[in-house]
Amino acid sequence: MLKKEGEIRIPSGCAISGIINKTGECSINGSSIVKSIAHMHDRSNGLGGGFAGYGIYPEYADQYAFHVFYEDMTAREETERYLDRYFEMVNLSRIPTRKHPRIKDEPQIWRYFVNPIFTLLQEEQEEIDEKQFIVETVFHINTFIKGAYIFSSGKNMGVFKAVGFPEDVGEFYRLEEYDAYSWTAHGRYPTNTPGWWGGAHPFALLDYSIVHNGEISSYDANRRFIEMFDYKCNLQTDTEVITYIIDYLNRKQGLNYENIAKIIAAPFWEEIKRMPEAEAKRITLFRNTFASLLITGPFSIILGFNGGFMALNDRLKLRSMVTGEKDNIVYIASEECAIRAICPDIENIWAPQGGEPIIVRVNR
Amino acid sequence: MSINFIYPEYEVVRNEKRCIKCRACERQCANEVHSYDQEFDCMEAQESQCVDCQRCVTLCPTNALKIVKTNNRYRENANWQQQTMEEIFRQADTGGVLLSSMGTPKDYPNYFDKILINASQVTNPPIDPLREPMESKVFLGKKLNKLEFDENDELLSEIPPQIELEMPIMFSAMSYGSISENAHKSLARAATELGICYNTGEGGLNQDLYQYGANTIVQVASGRFGVHRDYLNAGAAIEIKMGQGAKPGIGGHLPGKKIQEKVSRTRMIPVGVDAISPAPHHDIYSIEDLRQLIFSLKEATNYKKPVIVKIAAVHNVAAIASGIARSGADIISIDGFRGGTGAAPTRIRDNVGIPIELALAAVDQRLRDEKIRNDVSIVVGGSIRNSADVVKAIALGADAVYIGTAALLALGCHLCRTCHTGKCNWGIATQREDLVKRLNPDIGSRRLVNLVSAWNHEIMEMMGGMGINSIEALKGNRLMLRGIGMSAKELEIFGIAHAGE
Repeated sequence: MLKKEGEIRIPSGCAISGIINKTGECSINGSSIVKSIAHMHDRSNGLGGGFAGYGIYPEYADQYAFHVFYEDMTAREETERYLDRYFEMVNLSRIPTRKHPRIKDEPQIWRYFVNPIFTLLQEEQEEIDEKQFIVETVFHINTFIKGAYIFSSGKNMGVFKAVGFPEDVGEFYRLEEYDAYSWTAHGRYPTNTPGWWGGAHPFALLDYSIVHNGEISSYDANRRFIEMFDYKCNLQTDTEVITYIIDYLNRKQGLNYENIAKIIAAPFWEEIKRMPEAEAKRITLFRNTFASLLITGPFSIILGFNGGFMALNDRLKLRSMVTGEKDNIVYIASEECAIRAICPDIENIWAPQGGEPIIVRVNR
Repeated sequence: MSINFIYPEYEVVRNEKRCIKCRACERQCANEVHSYDQEFDCMEAQESQCVDCQRCVTLCPTNALKIVKTNNRYRENANWQQQTMEEIFRQADTGGVLLSSMGTPKDYPNYFDKILINASQVTNPPIDPLREPMESKVFLGKKLNKLEFDENDELLSEIPPQIELEMPIMFSAMSYGSISENAHKSLARAATELGICYNTGEGGLNQDLYQYGANTIVQVASGRFGVHRDYLNAGAAIEIKMGQGAKPGIGGHLPGKKIQEKVSRTRMIPVGVDAISPAPHHDIYSIEDLRQLIFSLKEATNYKKPVIVKIAAVHNVAAIASGIARSGADIISIDGFRGGTGAAPTRIRDNVGIPIELALAAVDQRLRDEKIRNDVSIVVGGSIRNSADVVKAIALGADAVYIGTAALLALGCHLCRTCHTGKCNWGIATQREDLVKRLNPDIGSRRLVNLVSAWNHEIMEMMGGMGINSIEALKGNRLMLRGIGMSAKELEIFGIAHAGE
């Protein structure tokens, strides 16, 4: 019998694409990103596609938006009972979808805009870190409530994913009804999967979302290290472990994205030797302290977060990734065609080097 | 005198047609096996003295010699085998404890041989170390748990005391006294050239070798031989030896005949007096005492040197390692059951302790479960035989390995396992000047450099095959391993899947 993510480790190849408006204006319609990723159809095999949009919920910008897959009513009842206890529900509904001939076996897909209820939390725990509480809630529901899976948990952002080709997934979720300042997209080419919706990408935690193309060879070294810090790699996917690494380095270690790139795609010792002394010392300290968070093997990722994104290749650049810019909009994709599809007169198109992060922050 | 029940174990086979009676064999054999009979103009052999060290065979200019195991046999008995019977004869003769040298030769399972390594195919590319950078540098010691920055985003944190190694291999502890000055010189020079460390063992540091301090680990053992302030400050790290894989739970005994002038000065004991290391450190009867010794040593070295605690792999090694990690140690070194020794009681060597593979898997997992894996590095030894063993050990979770026996083999040792007699024909495990000078440190260090460099090349090839270009990404990467012919319980302990899964 085929096993789903979490029961077995499934490597996959992929396509990724990202668009961001540097002004922070929510000017990018969901149809653009769908069009972009559709041009890399052959980089997916119909076993997973997904999108992350930032700035899509202006009316609920201060609430955490939970997107949840349910396999049955029991899972939903149990989850809602759990959420009711700790959260104030500002809004809940099914996520709007349309029937699509190539999207099958859909679970129930729900969306909740919630505020944690702090008085109750404070009675139970003395000190609460709000984000840590959200993370624990997500881990709890995904681990212990059978048939329930929270796949998006940030503020004013949301993930939409399914089993299918990404362009079909985009139509299914009616992405043309959303406008964002930033979008990322993913088309998946797994080598083996029974097709579980939760296993599609982006993978998200809080407002971090990751789309990833590659198969990292450092997976178990990374996993066994990060699990020391209360993360649970339930899905056994690269994207999951990369998300936790970034959450750990950014949220718990307080490191900025420039520094995070120097840790997960660290410069070679040979390069460090040629750096100015202060820089060499800094990078050496990073490599020394976070040795087990070095990611090897091919990857190109786009990490979305509130207010920007970061694109990064592995340090040998074993996966293609190009970027370009036009009129305050920055485009990143596995292939140039995906950019030209939506911006034919793109300027300054170039391929970042391995380990060289492209970090775009919006002005707001 | 009673009858000697034991028939010589080896026969010296001399091809008379080839033998030119040059008597090289006679001069080479410290065991005095060979002699020349003038009357009959022929070479003779006293086979009962032969230990099969292969020195005469190797040095014979005409290849006239070979040593073969005798086929003289007692009546066959699956339960009472010949060796078992001979050990009884020997003990009945002498009333003594049986002594052996080097690691156990018994046929216990070797789990390294039941583990297979992965390689990339299609979905991610193998990396060619001839064309792409491939990194094997490691740091050993406590890692910081959090980095501190000032308000200008400048780093305030400093790397704690650590050992920096160009490759994850070190020469394990072999004391001056148990091995010769030239053996130590070979190790020290090779370690320096390779950018790794060798280990003094418990016999102090010969004054001539202080110059190699940056590549030296100085050991403090229960006998405290040769320990003084300059010694502690001379090396890159200090190792407290609590135990040894070949003889867990017991001390050491260097016979007086090995304590010549220079050894005596280095060990700070009189010439010709037996050097006895007690089984315990008499100031460490418990874990809290260990903490005091660790911090005494750190005080003595101004908190500049990482402290290693070396233990033998025993049944509850994971809990012991956890205790050590919480006691201020920076590195834990674990010595496995098959590890070598200059002398150990045979029964202990062959029956006490557990294989390093199991100990390593258990310790690494336990330290991770307790979230303290970052506080210590793990170094394992006890029969690391080749580069594949190194790769497997690191993928199971080791930071680096110690090699002892393999290093001695590079110097000429043929594992005759009679180090305790002090008559090593290869100039390694002896203090007899005429024998020591047979080992040329220039050649010895070259051979060690060759060996470890060759292994490092092989490690890089295997890493590249897995699509890994830095040793950090191999450490603890158990997904790269599969068991073959292991039980479910064994796989569970190793935390790996079976081949085909």
